[in-house]
Amino acid sequence: MKNILAVSGIVIKELYRRKDFYVLFILTVLLCLVMASVNIFNDKNIIRYLKEICLLLVWIASLVIAITTTARQIPAERENRTLFPLLAKPLTRSQLLLGKFLGCWLACGLALLCFYLFFGLLASSREHYWPLVNYFQAAALHWVMLGVVIALTLFGSLVFTAPSSNATICFVVVGGILLLGRHLNKVALPLPEPRRSLLYSLYYAIPHFELFDVRDLIIHNWPPIAWRVCGLASLYALAYTAVFLIAACMIFRRRALN
Amino acid sequence: MKQTNLAESAEPVIEIRDLCVTYRGRGRGQSDRLAVNNLKLTVQRGEVFGFLGPNGAGKTTTMNVLLGFVNSSSGEAFMFGANVREPIARQRIGYLPELTYYYKFLTAEELLRFYARIFGIPRPEAERRIDAVLKLVELETVRKRPIKTYSKGMQQRVGLAQALINDPDLLVLDEPTSGLDPIGRMKVREIIQRLKNEGKTVFFSSHELGEVETVCDRVAILHQGQLKVEGRVADLARQHQCNLEQLFLKVIGYN
Repeated sequence: MKNILAVSGIVIKELYRRKDFYVLFILTVLLCLVMASVNIFNDKNIIRYLKEICLLLVWIASLVIAITTTARQIPAERENRTLFPLLAKPLTRSQLLLGKFLGCWLACGLALLCFYLFFGLLASSREHYWPLVNYFQAAALHWVMLGVVIALTLFGSLVFTAPSSNATICFVVVGGILLLGRHLNKVALPLPEPRRSLLYSLYYAIPHFELFDVRDLIIHNWPPIAWRVCGLASLYALAYTAVFLIAACMIFRRRALN
Repeated sequence: MKQTNLAESAEPVIEIRDLCVTYRGRGRGQSDRLAVNNLKLTVQRGEVFGFLGPNGAGKTTTMNVLLGFVNSSSGEAFMFGANVREPIARQRIGYLPELTYYYKFLTAEELLRFYARIFGIPRPEAERRIDAVLKLVELETVRKRPIKTYSKGMQQRVGLAQALINDPDLLVLDEPTSGLDPIGRMKVREIIQRLKNEGKTVFFSSHELGEVETVCDRVAILHQGQLKVEGRVADLARQHQCNLEQLFLKVIGYN
């Protein structure tokens, strides 16, 4: 475990010493602040539109951070040849991979904390109301979803050689699932066999990221989700994360490094 | 007790048995390439062992097998009695790769602290060793600067520092003086000599035959994946009536 934590510490250090996170955070802050300064038609409910757009920006920024940070981990280690002195230590490849996953996930968690904190301050400055439980659930489910995305990207980094290809494919897959995944079963219904079965199989096989998208909870100030449901969703995410990580470990263990 | 000590000291630090490594041909028309062919080698405790050969002889492949980067096609290799496929085989070794690149966003101190943590060295002991190795490689004054600001020579010295952080019993060096100026090479030779005096084992590959002749106890010359010659430097010179460079050229068929 200490090896995994050591590797994850390096990943977190890398994130906050690279400029990517700060650029995305500042961009998001600037966009949100500009929008917050606008008061269209003196509509008191304008805050809902502001929250919706801000949360969309937070989601986009978090996916960019998660995928771009993870996509370059193993390829950069190989390209920069830092992998060799590292694996010449008593560190297994699985430990390295798990350390990279944990580091990326924790780093994204820290980034999410900054984003949601900023968003909460911005929203509460207009609403004078801060439903902490809602924010916590939304952030927690968002973070858990990012775990699946990171595990998927890490798996992709061992399948696709170039980080750019991996990142692009992951963006397309994650975006596709978020936007279209929930509708696959409806699309499948009128289709003839075997296409219907194929589409249904795809529908049940893919990780349904939209289950973790509870932005409406914050936007419309709905009552919090039952904790049991949050727990089940987390287990669902954990299962997919485990599948992707196990597959990644199996590929990495067999890969020649020279 | 004495017999056990004798048995422990008799056990080789590196043992390679009938090692074969084949690289599969990629693409059409490319046949498999036998990089290492039935290599048998032992390195005893306290030796400085030179692993020589022209480019493409199989030296780096052999090292990659020892370090677990590449799996052998057949045969086995052991370090300190442990199969090289087990991570525990690497607990007591230090490795300096030929091309030294480390995390550029880290300082030398942070890098060494990270590696010390992987070796499981307790924090107070790790700090003491970090101070000692940075002093040894003369990087004390720049220990808090990011590695991306270092010159090539300084990066090579960071490499040496990370190879020594766990006070290894076996040091594996891949072309340790490659790219170094004469002062840097002298310092590396001094470190190798110092380690030898401390009873450590050093296993290194090099093209600098003059240096190898000076520091090594035994050498092995590899050519086209096969072990051609092995023995003590003085014995080989006497036996073949020539110096190491001439022997090297003779063995690889360049005469």
